[in-house]
Amino acid sequence: MKEKFTIVTSTCVPLPLENVDTDQIIPARFLKATTREGFGDNLFRDWRYDKAGNPNPDFVLNQNTYKGEILVAGKNFGSGSSREHAAWAIAGYGFRVVVSSFFADIFKNNSMNNGLVPVVVSPEFLAEIFASVEADPKATLTVNLPAQTITNNATGKTESFDINAYKKDCLVNGLDDIDYLLANKEKIETFERGRR
Amino acid sequence: MSKTLFEKIWEKHVVDTLPDGTIQFYIDRLFCHEVTSPQAFAGLRARGLKPFRPEQITCMPDHNIPTLHQEKPIEDPVSKNQVDTLEKNAKDFSLTYYGLQHPKNGIIHVVGPETGLTQPGMTIVCGDSHTSTHGAMGTIAFGIGTSEVEMTLATQCIMQRKPKTMRITIDGKRKPGVTAKDFALYIISKMTTGGATGYFVEYAGEAIRNTTMEERLTICNLSIEMGARGGMIAPDQVTFDYLKDREFAPRGEAWEKKLAEWRELYSDPDASFDKEIVFHAEDIDPMVTYGTNPGMGMGIRESIPAMESVDEAGRISYKKSLDYMGFTAGEPIMGKKIDYVFLGSCTNGRIEDFRAFASLVKGKKKADDVIVWLVPGSWQVERQIRAEGIDKVLTDAGFELRQPGCSACLAMNEDKVPAGKYAVSTSNRNFEGRQGPGARTILAGPLVAAAAAVTGKITDPRDLM
Repeated sequence: MKEKFTIVTSTCVPLPLENVDTDQIIPARFLKATTREGFGDNLFRDWRYDKAGNPNPDFVLNQNTYKGEILVAGKNFGSGSSREHAAWAIAGYGFRVVVSSFFADIFKNNSMNNGLVPVVVSPEFLAEIFASVEADPKATLTVNLPAQTITNNATGKTESFDINAYKKDCLVNGLDDIDYLLANKEKIETFERGRR
Repeated sequence: MSKTLFEKIWEKHVVDTLPDGTIQFYIDRLFCHEVTSPQAFAGLRARGLKPFRPEQITCMPDHNIPTLHQEKPIEDPVSKNQVDTLEKNAKDFSLTYYGLQHPKNGIIHVVGPETGLTQPGMTIVCGDSHTSTHGAMGTIAFGIGTSEVEMTLATQCIMQRKPKTMRITIDGKRKPGVTAKDFALYIISKMTTGGATGYFVEYAGEAIRNTTMEERLTICNLSIEMGARGGMIAPDQVTFDYLKDREFAPRGEAWEKKLAEWRELYSDPDASFDKEIVFHAEDIDPMVTYGTNPGMGMGIRESIPAMESVDEAGRISYKKSLDYMGFTAGEPIMGKKIDYVFLGSCTNGRIEDFRAFASLVKGKKKADDVIVWLVPGSWQVERQIRAEGIDKVLTDAGFELRQPGCSACLAMNEDKVPAGKYAVSTSNRNFEGRQGPGARTILAGPLVAAAAAVTGKITDPRDLM
């Protein structure tokens, strides 16, 4: 059973870059672990720390100004490698939502399989979030998964977002695909018999 | 009703459809490597389960292994633990395992096709985005996350949404000196890195039909770099000739029966795609990338696009990218000095890539100040390099061959390009730090790599041919 996701209201961390790939989210040399834990420490490793391992003061995660459970990023977030470690790193750091105008497919699936909700908003709505957070780092967003809405509380504007009913049900109830598949094993055996 | 190639295979693998359209999707073959599988096996154990169909699963380490002295124990204890964990998992659950030094070890996406484990009409998954490679043989093949690896281990199924379909046609005839990698980099440069997200792509057209099997593997391999769920090419005589008599290919009567099925795997003439794109082979030159994603590519004789040509929301990223590469918008790339050359990876680590590289360096000498890593995609490729005497050509020109693995493509092992150095690489990604922290990657095909290896700079291979 995973953590259930219903409504999250939080300040957010802005990352207004496009095409943030999974090698930036978690570089390959940190993929050597055999467990799911600890990847949050190396989230955005090469942007967050310099070569000597000291925090880079210009990077948003090292600035006290921006905190929260929601990461907001430019379009095509999570492109590249299928490494689920990227979702583990973001969730492990403490984020519960990633907002962008466009996500790479595999990253989106991996996120939802780890209780991390990818929220797709329009480019205009995204630009407004960046503007609101720049004007006031305390500005909050509310993500209501059952209602499939996201609200920029600084402007009062709300947008609805898409998520398929099956995945939403899993996230809201803290279930995963394996629970479902194991309950349907008989169908798999019937299918296999049918193709012989 | 007329169907696309994708739909024909997809429909044969639907176990169940949920009310919201989510599909319980059956997987014929699962490949596991050491990096994205340990947590899946741990999950399986935690639930007290065993692999549901062990005979449909093949495991081999490739990502995190050294490319020198594989006969000795792996030095890095963390890497060693990851490889040992895969071996233990395979042994504990009686799964096929091709470990280090095994004659069938290599990069999964090289080994699958060359052993005949990959066959038309199959569905294939692996915890690796370049699983799209196998689509070249007329399969539905795509990368998955570790949770989905666990699902496949446990039930041989995953939960999927049906992607949209796209056909990319390349018509016409290709120019001399242009490789399959150039086709792919050209397509991605036009599509951008997110341009095919949500789609499953079929490649078609005269120029695609006229490719070899290995060239098709290169093209489908790079489908993920434009965001596509996967890429595929309808199997034809090229595919069947390649597959026949491979170790795991069916034989005798079984071959004839399968062949009849495979001959039905094509998009019906009036089948419709959600999106159609057409390119012309005559427009494609040897390609290079100049930025930090594979969509930032251009013909080798072109100049890096001006800042004004980039849309406003993307300019911060564009500037960051060029700053990282040490390039200036508007300048040409020909003649730039480079430091490293990497020939290998699931994209360009096959025998034809080594033949192409060797054909260009034959009778020439490696440039003195360039470090060159030549890494075969598998031991089978390595054996063939020796059998054909290509190793001799390479040695005479001052090169040495390493041992198979993913190597400098993602630099998980020791094969890292130092910060600030330029690498001409036949791999698939030029992301920041991909080939080592601070490394600057220029993606290209095997001929451009060969030209760089003998001149020490970005050189149009056609000038040396």
